[in-house]
Amino acid sequence: MPDPTRIDCDIHNEIPNLETLYPYLPDHWLDYCRESAFNGPDAADYPESVPTTAREGSSAKPDLAEVQNCAMQDVEIGILNCAYRVQSVRNEDLAASLATAVNQWQVEHWLEKEPRLRASIVVPSHNPALAAKEIERWGDHPGFVQVILPVRAEAPYGNRRYDPIYSAAVKRGLAIGIHYGGAPGHPPTPTGWPSYFIEDYAGMAQIFQSQVISLVCEGAFERFPALRVALIEGGFTWLPSLMWRIDKEWKGLRHNTPYVRRPPSEYMRAHLRLTIQPLDAPPNPLHLAQILDQCGAEDLLLYASDYPHCHDDQDILLDLLTADQREKICSANARAFYRL
Amino acid sequence: MTAQFGSTASVESGPVTKDQTNGHGANSPVSSVQQAPRYRAPLDTAIIDTDIHIYFPTQDALRSYLDESWQDYHRTFGQRGFDGSHYPRAMPNAARHDAWPDDGTPPGSNLPLLQKQLLDEWNIEVGVLNPLVGAGEQRNLAFGAAFARATNEWQVAEWLDPEPRLRASIIVPWEDGELSAAEIDRWGSHPGFVHALLIARTKEPLGRRKYWPMYEAACRHDIPIAIHFGGAAGVPITGSGYPNHYIEDHGGMPQTFQAQVISLIFEGVLQQFPTLKFVLIEGGFAWIPPMLWRMDSAWRKLGSEVPHVTEPPSQLFRRHFWVSTQPMEEPFKPEQFRQLLGQLDLDDRLLFATDYPHWDFDAPDRAFPVPLDKERRRKFMAENARALYKL
Repeated sequence: MPDPTRIDCDIHNEIPNLETLYPYLPDHWLDYCRESAFNGPDAADYPESVPTTAREGSSAKPDLAEVQNCAMQDVEIGILNCAYRVQSVRNEDLAASLATAVNQWQVEHWLEKEPRLRASIVVPSHNPALAAKEIERWGDHPGFVQVILPVRAEAPYGNRRYDPIYSAAVKRGLAIGIHYGGAPGHPPTPTGWPSYFIEDYAGMAQIFQSQVISLVCEGAFERFPALRVALIEGGFTWLPSLMWRIDKEWKGLRHNTPYVRRPPSEYMRAHLRLTIQPLDAPPNPLHLAQILDQCGAEDLLLYASDYPHCHDDQDILLDLLTADQREKICSANARAFYRL
Repeated sequence: MTAQFGSTASVESGPVTKDQTNGHGANSPVSSVQQAPRYRAPLDTAIIDTDIHIYFPTQDALRSYLDESWQDYHRTFGQRGFDGSHYPRAMPNAARHDAWPDDGTPPGSNLPLLQKQLLDEWNIEVGVLNPLVGAGEQRNLAFGAAFARATNEWQVAEWLDPEPRLRASIIVPWEDGELSAAEIDRWGSHPGFVHALLIARTKEPLGRRKYWPMYEAACRHDIPIAIHFGGAAGVPITGSGYPNHYIEDHGGMPQTFQAQVISLIFEGVLQQFPTLKFVLIEGGFAWIPPMLWRMDSAWRKLGSEVPHVTEPPSQLFRRHFWVSTQPMEEPFKPEQFRQLLGQLDLDDRLLFATDYPHWDFDAPDRAFPVPLDKERRRKFMAENARALYKL
């Protein structure tokens, strides 16, 4: 069957190096970057030579031409997710200026040069007031459709401290994209620091689960009924098990959080969308079909290549879909969610 | 490919609107999860309960099992764990309201009541005690070791000796591998102890080498290592900081178990100790299939970083891990529970547990949400535990 037009909800545009941002930094920070040992955010979520960071023949930090040539075939619209972790820069003012520089760079080097692209606003989310200012700065630019937050943060995203970010995003019709990675300084697991990258990588799915629990149980969707959250590059096959568990927890413990007025899985279905890469699919397609059915995935999943990152082939998923389901996952869900 | 799936989404696709997400007005009653009358299973198999909690009735009772010097220490300084990382439980002692003894001592501290409410009431053939008394969470490791030893002596004297249906856990000061190994060596050949007990929230992921002497000792005595729900390790329960509510702490434990399994498998524990067995208690099990799929996928791409892992993680998991059933998984529909059992492929590894005397107790006739065939019932309710613990 011919592929429907695709909206790719996860393409990476990464800052080649700190010098890339020099033209966009105020003099004060430019001097600081030149004089100090600062070399950019201290995040190790995408080691450049690791096989998941770049697929064969692609670069870890592709430029526009590479993205156009390799990632935009059959793509009607591509959504850029820049993983520059300004949130791990402890100096919050520097982080804010870096974010502004990154966003200016995205406009000049990507959005203004390729009309099929949309971008995500990078914000210093460890200081929500400054992050909200950054959203206000770019929120009316038609190229930005989302605010991107790394899944690892200082506090879970349902915490009220982030309300200025959600308020600014909702006011401008922007989605929130919670994305793989981040470096907040505390361990990536509930039991301390693992030894290997593969543990960080495999364990990132649990942090997405924690964020979903937080957003629902701390009432973010009650405070912001129009809040739309995309979970990007965190997998999705865990969603049914999380829905069952948190619905059960809510039955027993909902007096704990009286403002969570409906079963948690209802909030998840209404407010969350998940990108399809990495698939983390079972070897048996029947099991994948069960997972899709259990969570109503045809309305929740967003097609994504995650270019240039390298995951398993997505045909096992796409082959399970009817034409109608394929159209939803490959473009209609994203068109509605991002209001494209 | 002919398999297809049909949507079960309860909300329409498309942009989220205020109406859609706010359909229940502020004054409307809370909607509830749709629930059919709970299925009741026939009680026609033996029952082995793999998760029963006991507690010291008083601090004096604990002290009576400590050496004299530690009695003074405990009287003066008490227990010192990882302060600031605990959430108040939803109810006192996380217990069933009816499990409080008349004399006001804590639930799970009174053998006659436990016999009446659990062993006799449900005709439990064997019950495994998992005392969550905090010995492993002491920052003073020497005191933790003394506390663990006192707890083990207490279990023998006050529970195993008077009640032959009970088995016990070797309590260890798990943050010190050598001290834990010594405690396992002390009790490893006692027939009343069936596993060594850790808690899910350790200070470091359990695959780290500091814990390996404990695993070596467990292999020496061929006893499993059990990892139980709970704990507060001094780091947040999420990889993204501390949440606000107990429901997030309680509901966050499956993520903790996933982190521990990822660590145990990728850090090479199972290659180093090929006969080692792990029992995951009170962590649920619906998270297992998707976690194994993700681990296998990660291993195919990133396996060169962990060359000691020479076979797919899912294969290692199915060989080395057992899983208790409480709190039971409750999918939206009965057939989804059967799908889950199929995805798990762990029919020989699920172990029934009640979690007495805690509030989320699973009764033997109401634990499973769907009817199971007799063979599966036999295995889950008793025979898998009998084989694992050599009962």
